[in-house]
Amino acid sequence: MSEGFDLRRIDRRIIFVLVLVAVVWPLIAPLRLPMDVSPPVQNLYNTIEEIPAGSIVMLAGDYSPDTMPELQPMTDTFLRHAFRNDLRVVVACLWPASPPLVERALLPLADEFGKVDGVDYVNLGYMAGGTVTLLGMGASIPNTFPSDYSGTPVREIPLMQEVQNFDDIAFVMEISAGTPGTREWVQQVQSRFRVALGSGTTAVGAPNFYPYVQSGQLVGLLGGLKGAAEYETLLEYPGLATKGMDAQSVVHALIVVFIILGNVAYFAARRKGRA
Amino acid sequence: MKRTWLTFLAAAAVATSLLGAAVAQEAAPVVEEEVPREDVPLDTVAPAAPGALTARDYLDSNDAGDKIELDWELSPDDGAGSCDVAGYFLWRSRSASSPGEIVAELPSGQTHYVDRNLEPGAEYFYSITAFDGTNESAAVTCAPVAGRVNLFQTSRASILALMLVFFGLVLVFTKLAERGDELFVRRIPGLNAIEEAVGRATEMGRPVLYVPGIGEIDNIMTIASLTILSHVAKITARYETPLIVPTARAVVMSAAEEVVKQAYTEVGQPDAYNPDNIRYLSDAQFAFAGAVNGIMLREKPAANLYMGAFWAESLLLAETGFEAGAIQVAGTAMVSQLPFFVTACDFTLMGEELYAASAYLSREPKLLGGLKGSDWMKVVTIALVVLGAVLNFMGFETFVNWFRTQ
Amino acid sequence: MRREIPLAITFLVGLFMLVDFFVPHHSVSAAAEEMKQWGTIVIAASILLGVGNLIRVHYRKIRRKQDGWGYSITTLVAMSVMLYFGGPWGTIAEGSAFNWMFLNMQVPLQSTMFSLLAFFIASAAYRAFRLRSAEAGLLLVAAIIVMLGRVPLGQLLTRGLPEKATLPWLTETIMTYPNMAAFRGILMGAALGVMAMGLRIILGIERSYLGGEK
Repeated sequence: MSEGFDLRRIDRRIIFVLVLVAVVWPLIAPLRLPMDVSPPVQNLYNTIEEIPAGSIVMLAGDYSPDTMPELQPMTDTFLRHAFRNDLRVVVACLWPASPPLVERALLPLADEFGKVDGVDYVNLGYMAGGTVTLLGMGASIPNTFPSDYSGTPVREIPLMQEVQNFDDIAFVMEISAGTPGTREWVQQVQSRFRVALGSGTTAVGAPNFYPYVQSGQLVGLLGGLKGAAEYETLLEYPGLATKGMDAQSVVHALIVVFIILGNVAYFAARRKGRA
Repeated sequence: MKRTWLTFLAAAAVATSLLGAAVAQEAAPVVEEEVPREDVPLDTVAPAAPGALTARDYLDSNDAGDKIELDWELSPDDGAGSCDVAGYFLWRSRSASSPGEIVAELPSGQTHYVDRNLEPGAEYFYSITAFDGTNESAAVTCAPVAGRVNLFQTSRASILALMLVFFGLVLVFTKLAERGDELFVRRIPGLNAIEEAVGRATEMGRPVLYVPGIGEIDNIMTIASLTILSHVAKITARYETPLIVPTARAVVMSAAEEVVKQAYTEVGQPDAYNPDNIRYLSDAQFAFAGAVNGIMLREKPAANLYMGAFWAESLLLAETGFEAGAIQVAGTAMVSQLPFFVTACDFTLMGEELYAASAYLSREPKLLGGLKGSDWMKVVTIALVVLGAVLNFMGFETFVNWFRTQ
Repeated sequence: MRREIPLAITFLVGLFMLVDFFVPHHSVSAAAEEMKQWGTIVIAASILLGVGNLIRVHYRKIRRKQDGWGYSITTLVAMSVMLYFGGPWGTIAEGSAFNWMFLNMQVPLQSTMFSLLAFFIASAAYRAFRLRSAEAGLLLVAAIIVMLGRVPLGQLLTRGLPEKATLPWLTETIMTYPNMAAFRGILMGAALGVMAMGLRIILGIERSYLGGEK
């Protein structure tokens, strides 16, 4: 095509502008699209529901600010679920940026549910080492995290008197954006110490972990924003993830339109070339 | 013409969202009726005793022989019958004649407990009773048990067996290669393309950008990447083409400095080595991606090589490199990033092709032997998978269960 | 000796960690745990090497006024400011300057970079997903099904159809069966590659991390 516009080669900036419109429009004018819950999310929810009140669960925060949009809603919803069911929460992080992000969710929810720091929950903060840290926790969590996020020694924290290693943890919720993350928790913790493990990951990473869900090594999996939105639906608390799904729906549809248009142009040009 | 298409595309985007708004219905929140809990009635009748109690030495990865694992069946009145079991008392004693002391008070519904901090080798007598708040059932006992220090994790025997088979195969093929036998390795286009890419950069007088991923040095992909870097550095040293290596980890930076310096020395060009071209940028994933994109747009390398462990930044790097007009070869075993590299790069090494690179490039007998050994191990794995599936289908689960490590 | 000592350490430590995986005896586990603690310390300490390199490279760029030396000043200033506020006053105290800068500068910057992916995916998909062959066609159809089935819109578009004809069901089937089978295959192959590479490193055949053969 010699004049003007070639559909096979649209300027990238036009694509970017259209994507921007497609993301912003549903955030201004929500669509409120209905949502079904997939089995991995339902299984995760059911497992947590069956944990007796007063049990100790662990939240492993292994993500950073760039994946907050997908993963922070999972942290919020899990903590809400745990506090609603009177579970006591120990937070331990393998990524340095995670502790303040978890605190962002933890403190307001603790206030809302009347939970006491050191008694109903504790944030042990970050420890470097990845796999090495996980194996250390298997032997002794207090030795691996000698103080909590605010610097209080663990021997002075009432909740930590009942936590030695994974034998004392009823369930681990692992929220991860990469490595160290779900794979390391499955390989180093679930297979060695046999603790019930659930995971929340980005949509891109989730397919990697379907084998673990099928084999039972993960009791459930939240995949991306949709997984977070489904979890919010089960908890009957529509939060950030539910709102984000509308925008994601429109953008996905737009990308499909782009692909179709690109192929229409491709075939039109091929036919012209042959003719 | 241009405006018409633009208008059409904008209308398509708006129409898509309006379609959703027009047919969507707001989901009504589900309100569950609260079922009032019945108070547990106090009575003078003790609950039925729990079912059979078994105790055994508890094997875990830190085995000091100081843990005993106990399992029992629920009392018939736990969740059924009179439904008044509030929990269980677990008793432990050092002699058969006395019940000893209560070591744990467990909630109803629980059937498993691990007793810890015991004396290794000492014999313990356990019994369990059910209670309802005022009455306690008869005790159920089990045979005495002693903790034993174990020297081998029997649940991992299958892994040891497979490992020995694998090492055996590697040994056999290494010996064959050392003997001079020809070991066939298929052509890997991505590895051949690396040389072409460096050649193109030399012709254009522009640098080569080599990104060893953002994994730490303990990531096997990073180590495989350093092997390929050595090979690439030798080519760039020979052609006197600048080689830029941005890294996201300090230890990887140090290793890359050693690798590149050594490569330049081996080719006889030690003075051409520029330490400023091996750069530590940032541990933060997207800061690193932004910095590498900056290098691509400012220093305009003609060839971009992405070898190693990548995460979400893969597409940011590859798309920017594509727009900058560089020839791109990627290699990673991160399956989630392969689609992005395949889309944006000219060649992609997938999964184990990255690990095969060192053997492929050097053709050393020891390395080729390892490569062939893994290939034949894949054949063994496929055979085991098929056999396991068939046996499982026929109802013989013992074979597959032996491979379970939990 | 420069080669032999690191190779010997690699061999002994590698072998010991392998033994630790199979032998649950507490003396082995205790020693292994000690070694893992050392590993944690070494990795944390290595950050100093990186900071040193960063300062050296950018200082040289500024001194020689090479292209883009303004960005080098920005980098060094930003690093110094964060170090200054993070050092004496601590990094996590609520209301501290470091915390403010982290939450209001680094967090939005990282989120912004990550969000670029949405735009790049759209442009990459438009450019690359062409029906060039049968396999490309299969990929295209699967991609469209999964893209729509993963969002509530897909559920909406096929509402009223039998369950096995709905986009969410097709998506779940594609993800659970062919996708997972392919992933498992690649994972097994990669795992064997890792084992082979690990064996070569422990036996000292693979020496790239030390700088090469000689």
